[in-house]
Amino acid sequence: MTSTDVLDPSAPLVPGESAVGGRGLRAAVRDFSHNPMGMTGVIALVVMLLFSFVGPLLYPTNQTHPNLLLITRHPSAQFPLGTDAVGYNVLGRLMVAGQSTLEVGLAAAAIATIVGTLWGAIAGYVGGWVDSVMMRIVDALLAIPALLLVLLLTTLVTPSVVMVIFVLGLISWLITARLVRGQVLVLRQLEYVEAAHQMGERAWRIVGRHLVRNVIGTVVVQATFEVANAILLFAALSFLGLGPPPPAANWGGMLNDGLNYVFDGYWWLIYPAGLCIVITVVAFNLIGDAIRNSLEVRLRSR
Amino acid sequence: MTRYLVRRVSQSVAVLFIVTVIVFAILHFLPGSPARAILGMRATPAAIQAFNVANGYNRALPVQYVLYLNRLIHGNLGFSYHFDQSVGSLLVLDLPKSALLVGSSYFISLLIAIPMGIVQALRREKPLDHTLTTFSFIGYAMPTFWLGILLVVWFSSDLHLFPSEGPQGASVGAALSNPSALVLPVATLTIVTVAQFSRFMRASAVENLLQDYIRTARAKGLPDWQIVTKHLFRNSVLPIITLVGLSLPGVLSGAIIVEALFNYPGMGWLFWTATGAHDYPVLMGFTIVVAAATVIGNLLADIAYAVADPRVRLQPS
Repeated sequence: MTSTDVLDPSAPLVPGESAVGGRGLRAAVRDFSHNPMGMTGVIALVVMLLFSFVGPLLYPTNQTHPNLLLITRHPSAQFPLGTDAVGYNVLGRLMVAGQSTLEVGLAAAAIATIVGTLWGAIAGYVGGWVDSVMMRIVDALLAIPALLLVLLLTTLVTPSVVMVIFVLGLISWLITARLVRGQVLVLRQLEYVEAAHQMGERAWRIVGRHLVRNVIGTVVVQATFEVANAILLFAALSFLGLGPPPPAANWGGMLNDGLNYVFDGYWWLIYPAGLCIVITVVAFNLIGDAIRNSLEVRLRSR
Repeated sequence: MTRYLVRRVSQSVAVLFIVTVIVFAILHFLPGSPARAILGMRATPAAIQAFNVANGYNRALPVQYVLYLNRLIHGNLGFSYHFDQSVGSLLVLDLPKSALLVGSSYFISLLIAIPMGIVQALRREKPLDHTLTTFSFIGYAMPTFWLGILLVVWFSSDLHLFPSEGPQGASVGAALSNPSALVLPVATLTIVTVAQFSRFMRASAVENLLQDYIRTARAKGLPDWQIVTKHLFRNSVLPIITLVGLSLPGVLSGAIIVEALFNYPGMGWLFWTATGAHDYPVLMGFTIVVAAATVIGNLLADIAYAVADPRVRLQPS
């Protein structure tokens, strides 16, 4: 471990002891439910999920065919948040855009978590030069700003939601890998791993059954932060014009469209989509912090 | 110390080497060939063949990589056919302007974030702490470009205080001659960075407040202000040294957005333009330079940290 690990916000107090399992999980859930910030995050997230996925069922709007007779209408009874530059209903579009934004965030974080956990667990368990090479690769990728990597990769592929998910997933696993590797280094010296080894369990089984399970707490915390980061990166990508093209909608893309009307006073093209992003990202960060705290509280009370 | 230095430096060299491999791999798998790009769509197959032979593109991949590495080591970052200039000269032109933007944002961020984190730690779980935490959570969750747009709407469109476009002109001097145009770009990057730094600073100060030496200082009757300035400040600022190195890639990502938004002619803006033009030599050259800056920044930060805190360098790896 290097000195930089000290700074990691998601590093547990006692490395290697954030195991969640059996009775511990229930205690962690209880701690979490008593954390007002965490519950705020959960409620905000549920609201955004309902808004994006149930909203369009209750409030169906046309989001595929532009209507040039209805461009940039002010908010009214018919259009609660007005219409945009090609006549889409902004409120309805926020809902549809929320779907792809949340999907990209969650799916990219899922890919990142799986890749990062396996990478870190293998590096930490195998050790030696394999570990060195694997971690130097992580360092190298971390040295390149995420946005540069995303821009490079998106010049390679045609932007679509699936492609964006893969690109974001493939650059977001690095911190997870580092954290998992750090914990596995500690875990693999514990008796039970040694015992499993002595009993002749295969290496991949030890990694999969014992090591990965015991780092799940850290991994889950990091995964919630990765969702938040992926949503922000996706928004940045859409702002730079490299998101999926219309009629596909996402919050960052909506903001990018609104950018042309900064000086026209069309506030409904600038505020709502940005607020949606902020609420969602804050929600995931609050949830991540609360999970981490609930895991740490259990450690302190032991 | 020497052992620690040798280990960190050799790690950094290895990391830089891997960066070049990654960048070379991406460069190689990019669609289109340099020959097509330089000679144009109507070039004959024979001309392309001749070009490839002349530039070594017909050789085996490992040989091409060695040639590429050799050019890099000699400072040749490639040639931009879009801008019709060498990447190196573009860099010399634009890097200082980005450094001005990033550097001043860093500086102001630290000036704000360090006291902010300490105050939060001293008043932790009190209304002031909750308010500031809320602000940093929101600042951290804001897409950089949205924050920039909001600042433009409020301070440029509504209040007419600052221009909505960054300072233009080819040199740092030109940028500095128009300081009011710098305000909004620097403010955007600063707010995002403060949100990030103050959380670390708060965590670091809280951790130090729980340490025995603070209790000892209290016990021997040191006044509170001396505990804060002499003991707490020094110890909790230390980890920020590494944070400054670590956060460089993130801040540079922010700079790309800020430069694109405010039309500020620095590296980020150039990179963004190059993306649109599929100008791969620029993209690659800049990626390498930025990665090298990050690796060297981290190395210097770690060395500074090891000098300041002997526990770091004595730690078994």
